[in-house]
Amino acid sequence: MTDFSADNPFKNMPDSTGHFGKYGGRFVSETLISALDELDALYHRLKDDKGFQAEFDNELHYYVGRPSPLYYAKRWSEEVGGARIFLKREDLNHTGAHKINNTIGQALLAKYSGKTRIIAETGAGQHGVASATVAARLGLECHVFMGEEDIQRQALNVYRMKLLGAEVIPVSSGSRTLKDAMNEALRDWVTNVDNTFYIIGTCAGPHPYPELVRNFQSVIGREARLQCLEQTGALPDALVACVGGGSNAIGLFHPFLNDTEVKMYGVEAGGYGVETGKHAAPLNDGIPGVLHGNRTYLMEDENGQIIETHSISAGLDYPGVGPEHAWLKDMGRVDYVAVNDDEALAAFRTLNRVEGIMPALESSHAVAYGEKLAKQMDSEQTLIVNLSGRGDKDILTVAELDGITL
Amino acid sequence: MNRINQCLQRLQAEGRKALVPYVVSGDPVPEATLPIMHALVAQGADVIELGIPFSDPAAEGPVIQKGHERALANHVSLKSTLDLVKEFRATDSKTPVVLMGYANPVERMGYERFIEEAGDAGVDGVLTVDLPPEEAEVFNSLLRAAELENIFLIAPTTSDSRIARIASLASGYLYYVSLKGVTGAGHLDTGEVRDKLVELKAVTDLPVFVGFGIKDNATASNIAAVADGVIVGSVLVNKIAELAESGERDGRRIAEQVSAIIGGMRQAIDNL
Repeated sequence: MTDFSADNPFKNMPDSTGHFGKYGGRFVSETLISALDELDALYHRLKDDKGFQAEFDNELHYYVGRPSPLYYAKRWSEEVGGARIFLKREDLNHTGAHKINNTIGQALLAKYSGKTRIIAETGAGQHGVASATVAARLGLECHVFMGEEDIQRQALNVYRMKLLGAEVIPVSSGSRTLKDAMNEALRDWVTNVDNTFYIIGTCAGPHPYPELVRNFQSVIGREARLQCLEQTGALPDALVACVGGGSNAIGLFHPFLNDTEVKMYGVEAGGYGVETGKHAAPLNDGIPGVLHGNRTYLMEDENGQIIETHSISAGLDYPGVGPEHAWLKDMGRVDYVAVNDDEALAAFRTLNRVEGIMPALESSHAVAYGEKLAKQMDSEQTLIVNLSGRGDKDILTVAELDGITL
Repeated sequence: MNRINQCLQRLQAEGRKALVPYVVSGDPVPEATLPIMHALVAQGADVIELGIPFSDPAAEGPVIQKGHERALANHVSLKSTLDLVKEFRATDSKTPVVLMGYANPVERMGYERFIEEAGDAGVDGVLTVDLPPEEAEVFNSLLRAAELENIFLIAPTTSDSRIARIASLASGYLYYVSLKGVTGAGHLDTGEVRDKLVELKAVTDLPVFVGFGIKDNATASNIAAVADGVIVGSVLVNKIAELAESGERDGRRIAEQVSAIIGGMRQAIDNL
C-alpha cells in the first residue's frame, strides 16, 4: 500500500527535469529544446513572483469571474439517492469552461516574454476560443491550428474564433483532428520561435507544460477545497472529473492529493465501449509510449503508430493523456474509469432536466460517473463533480442525435 | 571499424564531402525503396538515411509528412524497415545506413530487441528525432554497446554548453539543422550556417553534416563548401510524391528519377 501521508507528498511532482516517475519529460526534437528551456526559466522566475501572481488572480477575478461556485445539486442528489453531490461550476467561467484559467496564465507568460504572437491547437474549439479571447484581451496576434475534420464538426467555434480576431489554420495532415493540430502547432513554433508563444491547452506536451498548465488550473481545486470546508465543514469524500488530456481533472485533484481520505476518479471517454476499441480511454486501455513531447499512456497499434480515437465529445477525443495522470494511475492514487457515449448523453439530459444546468458533453462523462458513484455512497458523504464546461456548444450534436435539424 | 567511419575516412582521404540522401521506408510503395536505395548509391550517395514512418512526425514539414503517410497507408512498419535494410545488405555491404525516426515505434518494439535486430539487419547508426540526450541515456548506452552510431541533431538555437554535451554522447557524425523550422523549409542562410559550423568545429572533432532546406545543386555545393556532408530529404520525397501522384508504381523508374537528383548534386559538390 502506498503511503499517501504528508511526508510522501504527491504535490511536489514533477522533478526538476519534468518527470512524474517514468512519465512526462521532454521528448522533442533538438530544435525545440532552447524554446522550452526559455519557457521553463521564465515560468520558474514568475511562478512565485508576487506581481505576476497578483496579475493572474486579478484576471481570474474580474475577467473570468472567479471564484466559480461550488453548488449543491440537491434535487439531483435526492433523485440519485446516495451521497450529496456538489458541482464545481467551471461552466460559469467567461467563455464557458475551465480552459480560460490556463490560457490567461500562459498569455500572461507570453506578455512577460515579450512575444507578440501566440499559437494554440484546438480540437472542439474550446481551447482555441479561450486562446483567441485572451489574445484579444491582451492585444496579441493569435493563430489557432485545427484539424479539417474538427473544423467541419465545430463550425460555431470556428466562427467565434474569427470574431475574436484569431486566424484559424486548417490542418490536413494525419487524421486531421486534435493530435495533428498539435503536431502542426509544434511545427509552427519551431519555425517562428523568436516571436511566438505556444499556448498548449492541456496538461500534456513537453516539460514544463504539464506542470504549468496544472498549476494554472489548480485554482479549481484550491477553491473547491475551501468551499467544501465552508459549506460542509469537512473535506469531500470523493472527487470526479472527466479526463481527455486531463487539465480540468488535475486542476481539481492536485490541491487534494495529499488529503489521503479524499478518493479521486478520473473519467475517460469510453466511446462505443472500452471493449470495442473505439474509444478515447488510454488509461483504461492504452500502454505507455511517447507522443507530443511526453511519455504517457497512449492509444496505439502493435507497431507503435498512434491510432484514431472515438468519443461523442470532441474535447475528450485524444489518444494520449497528461503524464501526471499516468503517474497517479500507476501510484494508485486516482482511479481512472470510463463512461460510454450513451451514458454521457443520458447524464447530459438528466442534469438539464433535474438541475437546469446544461453540461458540456465532456463534463457529462463526469456527471454520469458521479451518479454511479453517489449511489454507492451514503447520504452523510459528499462528492464533488467538476462541471468543467457548459453544453451550449454541443446542442447541435445532441439535436442531430435526436434527429432534429435546427 | 564500422561502415560510417570507414566511409568518412575514405571521403577525407579523397578530399570529398559526404552526400546523404533521406527517403522514407516504403514510400510510395514498399517495393520501391530497395531500388531507390541502390540507385542512390549508384548516383553517388555516401550514406543513406532511411526514415521510419510514424503517424505523428512532428519535426517534419509537409512534404516528408506525406511520405510517412503514404508509407503507413501501405502498412510499412519498423519491422518491415529492418527487413528492408537486411535485403539491401544482401547486395551492398559497404554503404552505411542510418535509421531516422521517432521514439514510439522503437519503444513499442523495445530498445533491446530493436538494437539487436538493427545490428543483425546491417544498420549502422540511429537518429531518434524526439529522443534528446536527456531522455536517451539508456537507449544511447545500449546503442554504444552494440556499436551502432548515435546520431544527434544540433539546432541553430542549441547553446554552446549543450553542443559540447551532445558531442560527447554522439558518434558517427553530428546532424546540424540548418534553419529554424521543419524539414523542407525554405529560408536557409549559408552565411549563418558557415558561422555556426566554425563554432561547432571548435567544440567537436566529429564530422558535421548539414540538413533541412537543401533543395538544389547550388545550395548543396554552397553547404558542402563549409560542412563535412550534405543531407538531402524533402526534394527527393517531393519527387517521389510527384511520381506517385502521376500513378507511377514501378520501383526502378521511380528510383531512376529520384536518384538523378542526387547524381546532379554529387557533381555539383565534387566540382567545388
